[in-house]
Amino acid sequence: MNGYAGKILRINLSDHTYKTEELDKDKALKYIGGRGLGSRIMAEEVPPTVDAFDPENKVIIATGPLTGTPTPAGGRYMVVTKSPLTGTIASSNSGGFWGSELKFAGYDLLILEGKSPKPVNIFIEDDKITFKDAAHVWGKIVSETTSILAEEAPDKAKILCIGPGGENLSKISAVMNDINRAAGRSGVGAVVGSKNLKAIVVKGSSKPTIADSEKLKEVVKESRGKLKDNGVTGQGLPTYGTAVLVNIINEGGVFPTNNFQTTYFDKAENISGEHLAENFLIKRESCFACPIACGRYTKADEVEGGGPEYETIWAFGAACGVDDMKSVIKANFWCNEMGLDTISAGVTIAAAMELYQRGKITDADIDDGLSLKWGAGESLVEWVKKMGRRDGLIGDKMAEGSYRMATHFGMPEVAMAVKKQELPAYDPRGIRGQGLQYATSNRGGCHVRGYLISPEILGLPQKLDRFAIDGKAEWVKIFQDLTAFIDSAGLCLFTSFAIDGEGYANLTNAVLGTDFTQEDILEAGDRIWNLERDYNLKAGIDPSQDTLPKRLLKDPIPDGPSKGNVTRLEEMLPKYYEIRGWSEKGIPKAETLEKLGV
Amino acid sequence: MKIKVRLFATLRENRGKELELSLQDKATPEDVIQELEIAKSDVAILLVNGRDGDFSQELRESDVVSIFPPVGGG
Ligand code: SF4
Repeated sequence: MNGYAGKILRINLSDHTYKTEELDKDKALKYIGGRGLGSRIMAEEVPPTVDAFDPENKVIIATGPLTGTPTPAGGRYMVVTKSPLTGTIASSNSGGFWGSELKFAGYDLLILEGKSPKPVNIFIEDDKITFKDAAHVWGKIVSETTSILAEEAPDKAKILCIGPGGENLSKISAVMNDINRAAGRSGVGAVVGSKNLKAIVVKGSSKPTIADSEKLKEVVKESRGKLKDNGVTGQGLPTYGTAVLVNIINEGGVFPTNNFQTTYFDKAENISGEHLAENFLIKRESCFACPIACGRYTKADEVEGGGPEYETIWAFGAACGVDDMKSVIKANFWCNEMGLDTISAGVTIAAAMELYQRGKITDADIDDGLSLKWGAGESLVEWVKKMGRRDGLIGDKMAEGSYRMATHFGMPEVAMAVKKQELPAYDPRGIRGQGLQYATSNRGGCHVRGYLISPEILGLPQKLDRFAIDGKAEWVKIFQDLTAFIDSAGLCLFTSFAIDGEGYANLTNAVLGTDFTQEDILEAGDRIWNLERDYNLKAGIDPSQDTLPKRLLKDPIPDGPSKGNVTRLEEMLPKYYEIRGWSEKGIPKAETLEKLGV
Repeated sequence: MKIKVRLFATLRENRGKELELSLQDKATPEDVIQELEIAKSDVAILLVNGRDGDFSQELRESDVVSIFPPVGGG
């Protein structure tokens, strides 16, 4: 089998046994791999109503057919499971080098089942699988866990683990790999923690076979050329990383500030990508086979590590009213060490600050002299540590994410979340397509299920009026479908600034020997989208949850360049349901599922 | 008339972050980039008062023009 390794490794954590299975090629081609194939297996094997922490829930770690091949930025893997945060199907994506190593070990997917009686680590060296006691690393932060396990592992092995956040079942915890890369969202780390699994160490020795190596050389050269010539992937991302967005999003007046109370942060310059590059950047970093190298490696005082990304800078910065870059860098660092999702962690602190502003959290609730005042950068690191360890009342509630925390304190409306997952760094009141995308995302509040910022702000592939309503449903659908394919193929979404559907088809065909067209690729994405939707409906996620926080629907932006706007979601949603082939109520029609072969 | 120009990322090199320009009436963003010796091809995003701008639109007293080279995504 070209591209694919052809094997699934099924691991039973309850009795520390495993078996390998042949990959079903027809199913793989239909659902591609990664997010799509992982979701298909979830639908077959895990009842949608299962509690996320029930041993019956499974964690599927899935590479795509292009993972570990020479295709540009083809080093991604997905963690697919039922989310404890949203109750939806979750699939969180990560880069680095771990995913490609799993492929080199000979596996497309790992299926983790059951629950280990005691903390355990799994070592995979090609077909040698070993279960080892994890008592000595349980409770340890990510960098420490990684260096201890590196000593026990074969040379150059790659390490994936959870931090204290996942161990303590924080619903906003991540799965970490290569120290600072995160499958961040939807609390996937907690599901791994609930299975008493601390780490998976992997070392592989075989490369996937390629259907047409000559052709692949040609199309890789062509795609690399496109990535280099494109302003975003050839200049913007390599020079400034994602952080360069701070100023542009702020200049447009859609940079949510103080928990989305306003959308223009007058101190944005202090947390900008330009400021980061001038004062804190040590070097750039890249993932497997990636020519873009958008990763940053920064230093602030005693702290030195990967990141921070744009989303993180915003979440700990403007969302919390913080303009001190050092505090942001340190909070990012500790989020990675605790194994927490930086977006959800920052937005949860922002919600706590609003609860404090509104008197729902009082000084009597706060210990250790910490602050929840807007702009309290000096307290961020301690809040992150408390969240990861569920320390104290507030730390324990923060570990549950903003929605459950705000509900506990009697004001759920301050949670800036969709389907209980915290929203990212773009105010949809001034970017209307992105608002529709947030509301309909299959894993709740998320920008990478469809990055409408690309056409609505950056003008790629063409400039759309960000305030317009017309045509946005169509754009959202195409972006969601194409993204579902990219996530399933094992590529980084950032390649899509420069590569189009046809480009992806060419790369895929050269590796797999298929004859996919651009239409086939979008149809595969559509199929995956509908499969996820179907799973969510069966899990009890009602279409009434295709909405946004009331603040974004009803309260006009109070000032700045996007002043006076609300989201106007209700004007876009019916059209979206219609072009998806769903009923007026948002349920996929039988004929739609049949046509797509879901 | 006086307008404010904000520059970002690589466009700041040798120019600064924020400038005030005195321009003739009916001047356009095209005049602004000419004055600042910025090539049109280096401008990826042009905003006037935070809204999508046009190279040929007439500027008004105290407008804010923000100019970005190709930037990243997040
Ligand atoms: S673009 Fe950035 S995140 Fe994506 S694979 Fe390359 S370095 Fe990693």
